[in-house]
Amino acid sequence: MPDKKKVLIINRRAPYGRSNARDSLDVALTCGVFEMPISILFADDGVFQLIGNHQAGDIGQKNLSANLAALPMYDIDQLFVCTESLNTHGLTFDSLEHSATQLDQTAIQQLIQDHDVVLTF
Amino acid sequence: MIFSIVVQAAPYSCQSAETALRFARSLLEKGHSLHRVFFYGDGIHTGSALASPPQDEINIPADWNTLAAEHDLDLVVCIAAAVRRGVLDTNEAGRYGKSGSNLAEGFELSGLGQLADAIAQSDRVITFGA
Repeated sequence: MPDKKKVLIINRRAPYGRSNARDSLDVALTCGVFEMPISILFADDGVFQLIGNHQAGDIGQKNLSANLAALPMYDIDQLFVCTESLNTHGLTFDSLEHSATQLDQTAIQQLIQDHDVVLTF
Repeated sequence: MIFSIVVQAAPYSCQSAETALRFARSLLEKGHSLHRVFFYGDGIHTGSALASPPQDEINIPADWNTLAAEHDLDLVVCIAAAVRRGVLDTNEAGRYGKSGSNLAEGFELSGLGQLADAIAQSDRVITFGA
């Protein structure tokens, strides 16, 4: 590969209603294997991916939390969360199981600017 | 400019499945190149040879195939997403003991490494249907 593109993945869907969250994790892990610098932003309904105590088995799904927790092993530790989305969904930063840096709208614009490729899920 | 396209929209469910096709045509008409089209999530249904839309409707799988033949495009269908949803080539049909395969001509099954490669090789990666 010619160079290492900085990849930003934006997760905008709740964890289990559609396959987006799992699809996104698979892409992040694959890009991690190729040693591409990855950042992940959780926004809109995607903020629900960060809360804990998922009972995914009750609806025939695999729990995604363990996969999220494993990201640092793939050198993926740049996780961000949209502050406005947290507020909109009645979540507080302290209620998140997975830590992520809070960003306001202006900081999110800058985050997007700072990456070569943006993938949305 | 070198583009790659990621299609996550199922054909006939989401307008963005057709928009992706039109975007691909447009960028090629403008003289850009299209390194790869990667079908992911529900977008893998685009690679089904069994899609049989009414005659007076757009045939999205066939139109991708035509465009690919004209421009020597690389149409990659994510193997994990496809096998799960029942779009198989002859190899996978054999592996899973299925009676038939249905990956359309012009498409190939491959892994997410092809998406990582597309990201590395392209100036722009555009997602449709997230």
